[in-house]
Amino acid sequence: MVTALSFRLGQMVLVMFGISVVAFLIFFATPGADPSARIAGRNASQETLIQVRHDFGLDRPLPVQYGLMMNRLFVSRDLTSFVNRGQRVIPTVISAIPVTLSLVGGAAVLWVLGGLIVGVIAGATRGTFVDRALMILSLIGVSIPVFWLGEVANLLTQSRWHDSWLFSWVPPLGYIPLAENPWGWFKALVIPWFTLATLYVGLYGRVLRASLIEMMQEDFIRTARAKGIGERRVLLHHGLRTSLVAFVTMFGLDFGALVGGGALLTEVVFGLQGVGKLTYEALQTLDLPMILATVIYAAFFVVMANFVVDVVFVFIDPRARDVG
Amino acid sequence: MSADAPLLVVKDLTVSFRSDEGLVRAVGGISFSVEQREIVGVVGESGSGKSQTLLAIMGLIDSPNAIVSGSIRFMGQELIGLKRRALDAIRGRQIAMIFQDPMSALTPVHTIGNQIAEQVRAHEKVSAKAARPRAVQLLDAVGIANPDRVVDNYPHQLSGGMRQRAVIAMALSCNPALLVADEPTTALDVTVQAQILELIGRLRDQFGSAVILVTHDLGVVAEVADRVLVMYGGRFVEEGGKSSVFRAPLHPYTWGLFGSIPPMEGPRPARLAAITGIPPSLSDLPKGCAFSPRCAFRHDACLVQLPIMQGESHRAACLLPETTRRQFAVQRAGGVEMQR
Repeated sequence: MVTALSFRLGQMVLVMFGISVVAFLIFFATPGADPSARIAGRNASQETLIQVRHDFGLDRPLPVQYGLMMNRLFVSRDLTSFVNRGQRVIPTVISAIPVTLSLVGGAAVLWVLGGLIVGVIAGATRGTFVDRALMILSLIGVSIPVFWLGEVANLLTQSRWHDSWLFSWVPPLGYIPLAENPWGWFKALVIPWFTLATLYVGLYGRVLRASLIEMMQEDFIRTARAKGIGERRVLLHHGLRTSLVAFVTMFGLDFGALVGGGALLTEVVFGLQGVGKLTYEALQTLDLPMILATVIYAAFFVVMANFVVDVVFVFIDPRARDVG
Repeated sequence: MSADAPLLVVKDLTVSFRSDEGLVRAVGGISFSVEQREIVGVVGESGSGKSQTLLAIMGLIDSPNAIVSGSIRFMGQELIGLKRRALDAIRGRQIAMIFQDPMSALTPVHTIGNQIAEQVRAHEKVSAKAARPRAVQLLDAVGIANPDRVVDNYPHQLSGGMRQRAVIAMALSCNPALLVADEPTTALDVTVQAQILELIGRLRDQFGSAVILVTHDLGVVAEVADRVLVMYGGRFVEEGGKSSVFRAPLHPYTWGLFGSIPPMEGPRPARLAAITGIPPSLSDLPKGCAFSPRCAFRHDACLVQLPIMQGESHRAACLLPETTRRQFAVQRAGGVEMQR
């Protein structure tokens, strides 16, 4: 267990190092990305550019620049944005984390529940009208772009029907901290949750249905039926239980990617100042320190999520326990 | 019902599947019965309909394209067309099944003990706590060493033979009157096979169960069965007491089966006699006797007329005159009897 854990930690450090190098290099290899020109402003003179380069250390060799930046990012933690002078990168990212976690966490609850319900019902009623209707609905859910769905939701709840009894409770776009006002937090996030979860309910429902149907063909299902236990128990205790392995793997990866900034479209549409939106803005202004910070943060969460999946795996699949 | 009435009476059981090639008849109207505490061996090649017969008895044919007709009466109760709830009250409790491949027959994510307890608790009002010692006891009864430990093991932690024992323990958990076993030893090593067969033979004495044992291995039948049914192309071709069938088989197909066993004594044959040809496709059975295309004794009548089972206790479905067959039978069986 200890070796597995230290192996994981080593892996995490390696992945984060690799990603930081790649992000750093892409930034310098991108044509027209000279950060000193951006910092100095439009039509700056050659002398100003040289001065800026020197001030920000941009005239030093790349490995040194990388080292300096990592030092300021991780050791002294006083790395500041190139674009918004004086904005410290680390506190900005940290303040964005609760927003992203609230959004993705709530959506995850919805999509896991929704995916389970859709998958089990469709799998159990395979080939019937119910199954087909659910599969068509989930296909629609998977196909709708999240930014479009978000904009439509905003249009209806913020503007068109905002004055009707149905949506008058919807607060203006933005995030309300949980500690400050739990009910407000919930109201501000409930529509983003549904918007973000729609795609995943469809996806997870379809995957679970396929996995369940496959499992129900297995020999052990026949054994379970021969035991004289009811079909519901066969389906849930034997079929669904064994199908969960695929489900959990998928969930871990998706959750990690979303917390790592993958929910940026939803965050942008709903004006939630999360990590995704931060990344999006930093990319628009080629703000290297901010990009590095968010990208490394994302890598951390993806690797973490993988780790958590592996741990959960040991609980849901006894076969994983005996593998060294 | 009286004490000596047959436990299971199957009449005109037919199992067909709708398919692209039309109706495929896997089991073509078979009738047989099983007495209490009797071990019946059903022998035949792959695809002869043995397994489908067992699955039909268990009500486990759930393909929407399957048509099961005829009558299966167990302790006087008709099983075909029974509602799921009523069926669940019988299977697992009074009829239990052992499967061919123990490697895939147990749910991988539950412990052996929980899987046994699940069956016990489905049929009896027992707490989970009380079901556990029962599981340990059952595992012990089927010859598992360290039943206290194995009860908490997962299937993947056990060998094939151990898993098959666990499956048998599960099948026995409610003292079934009838145990149906679908090639229970095929997937196992030869040494383990012998142990499992011995175990099945012992079950009747300890638990008083009747057994239907499906196999393609005549040796397995010779080991434990009281009575033998030979199946070909979805029908029975021969039926009789084990010693009678082994001493004087009456059907050319049975002769072929015996001919393909290497003799234990005497000179080693250069080649084992094989039954020529391949088993018939179930969607395109010959019009007359299903075995006629492969039969060395075929005559004109075999191609048009469907033979029916004839005889008293030892019966066969063949159009050859019985006296002719008896002559052959004595010639052929000589070597076979020696090896048993």
